[in-house]
Amino acid sequence: MTAPTSAPQTPATADTGAYLRVNDLRVHFPTEDGVVKAVEGVSFSVERGKTLGIVGESGSGKSVTSLTIMGLHNTKRARISGEILVGGRNVVGMSEEQTRRLRGRDMSMIFQDPLSALHPYFKVGAQIAEAFQVHHPKASKAEARKRAVDMLGRVGIPQPARRADQYPHEFSGGMRQRAMIAMALVNDPDLLIADEPTTALDVTVQAQILDLLEDLQSEFNSAIIMITHDLGVVAQVADDVLVMYGGRQVEFGSVEQVMRRPQHPYTWGLLASVPSLHGDAEADLVPIKGNPPSLINLPTGCAFHPRCRYAGRNGDRSFTEVPELHQVQERGHLVACHLSEADRKKFYAEDIAPSAGVAQ
Amino acid sequence: MVRFITRRVLVGVATIIAISIIVFGLFFAVPSSPAKVMCGKNCDPAQIAAVETRLGIREPITTQYTKFMKGIFVGRTYAKGTDFEQRCDAPCLGYSFRNNEPVTAILSRTVPVTISIVAGAAVVWLLIGISLGMISALRRGTLFDKVAIGISLTGASMQVYFFGLILLYVLVYLTHLLPFPSYTPITQNPAQWALGLVLPWLTLGFLNSAIYARLSRAQMLETLSEDYVRTARAKGLPLRRVYTKHALRAAITPIVTIAGLDIGASLGGTFITETIFGFRGLGKETVDAVNFLNLPIVVATVLLAAVFIIVANLIVDVLYAVIDPRVRLS
Repeated sequence: MTAPTSAPQTPATADTGAYLRVNDLRVHFPTEDGVVKAVEGVSFSVERGKTLGIVGESGSGKSVTSLTIMGLHNTKRARISGEILVGGRNVVGMSEEQTRRLRGRDMSMIFQDPLSALHPYFKVGAQIAEAFQVHHPKASKAEARKRAVDMLGRVGIPQPARRADQYPHEFSGGMRQRAMIAMALVNDPDLLIADEPTTALDVTVQAQILDLLEDLQSEFNSAIIMITHDLGVVAQVADDVLVMYGGRQVEFGSVEQVMRRPQHPYTWGLLASVPSLHGDAEADLVPIKGNPPSLINLPTGCAFHPRCRYAGRNGDRSFTEVPELHQVQERGHLVACHLSEADRKKFYAEDIAPSAGVAQ
Repeated sequence: MVRFITRRVLVGVATIIAISIIVFGLFFAVPSSPAKVMCGKNCDPAQIAAVETRLGIREPITTQYTKFMKGIFVGRTYAKGTDFEQRCDAPCLGYSFRNNEPVTAILSRTVPVTISIVAGAAVVWLLIGISLGMISALRRGTLFDKVAIGISLTGASMQVYFFGLILLYVLVYLTHLLPFPSYTPITQNPAQWALGLVLPWLTLGFLNSAIYARLSRAQMLETLSEDYVRTARAKGLPLRRVYTKHALRAAITPIVTIAGLDIGASLGGTFITETIFGFRGLGKETVDAVNFLNLPIVVATVLLAAVFIIVANLIVDVLYAVIDPRVRLS
């Protein structure tokens, strides 16, 4: 792999350290109503064999981030700045042909709804074989098909040779997502982005799919980005967690740190809205009041302040100053909040911890 | 698949029978007597009765209908046992009231004309329309898109008798690029057949292509926003392959339906095109027959048009099942 020429100041990531490194990523979409700032200054990295969970509501910028990494945005309509280093190569500013060669081979993606993400008119096996053949042009049709059947078997689809000749509508929801995973992994990618892979599935199937992803990760040793709004999913599979709100990252840390010692009031809100099996069955869930902000007119200061019950505890900084991401006492745990760490600890212990779901 | 087709064929046959009954019923709903029309103004009742016997319209309507249907499949004999006895071999559709020419002879003369016009025009409108629409969709917002959509809007709002005459004036009278449109059977001289038909093909083809351009543009835009198109790109397929294989296949499906119905309906007659270019096709024959109350021809052409539409529908259904595997199940 040749070193990237466009990012001399970045430490080499080719063999050591993170496989994916995102630095100060900004994605803006100019529209007639104004500029949609879908992603504002997001930075993170993922190593091979590790899973990063990106959490946030719809419109928080998590899906836009993943599509930008894959180079799936129309570069004419999206203004993208910052750096996305995939195995040391900067994807931002790359030509369509260059990113195309990376897509599906070095990085691949699993989508939310496997029924609409698979082509209804082509056989499942053929769709997987096509993904293999496009990056292995020398492979014969028979080889590609054999590879597709192998992959279907590896993701736990019984009778893979027979199933390969069926169409997506003949598969159940869970089977379809398995086929989707088989397609994403057919070229042994180093980076796998899973965009809400279990949201469209039955709860019982969700756990199976997550288990499968974990098993496959230890087998393929790929880096995984798990995009979700479900903290239960994050708790189960992620090593690190990135919480996004209004296109910005508001909290980052290991799953242990974010789940057990969350620092941002938005993360508290997410945790409080997850039902707990151990809590009081009669207690109501606490939703985050209000709606996600408009990405065209973000609230001034901290974008979360209109929905934050602690806004204004620290002068009027919440309303005027965008909080920077800074480290808390614990190493590696970052938060973008104006509250003092002592206040945050106090509020969390008093208001949130007694009722929050996942953390217990 | 076989069951699917069998079912559709049976439904089609049932529909044709129903239409034949309705058309035959209309035959009698007309207030004037065909015998009077045939016989002319100075006819006495005896002459009219004679004509009625010869036409076989003195019998009850059900008998007449059975005889008519029987005539189509095994032939029939008119006015059996009288002086006017006339054998009509299968497929017998009766005789023209005007000149006693067998209707089948009229059809075999006029149907090829209409088929020739429609076949060529359909090629023009599908080729121009679909490619224009698809390219517009892929280049949405560009100058090409705007020009193409502008042209197609102009085309969709024009009429055959206006655009056809402009083409006639420019291509035939002004520049002499083309001979005056005329019909030569393809079996006689294929080159002359094509040359004589270029003008109606262009006229009908261009005007219809406008609708297809808009339709395929809309379809393609919708398909391009589908998740599976994004999946195809995420796999690393080249854009061209994504468009031509994954997007086109899905976008073309509804176009097949409409094209089938359009072609089927056009085969029933393209009266205006035939008239302005002086072709004696099915459309012109039908309109003339209606004007002269030439009922055997009206019944035959209406039935034939229905058959064309039903067959086109059947072909569309089968094509649909070939394109979309989900249809085969239901």
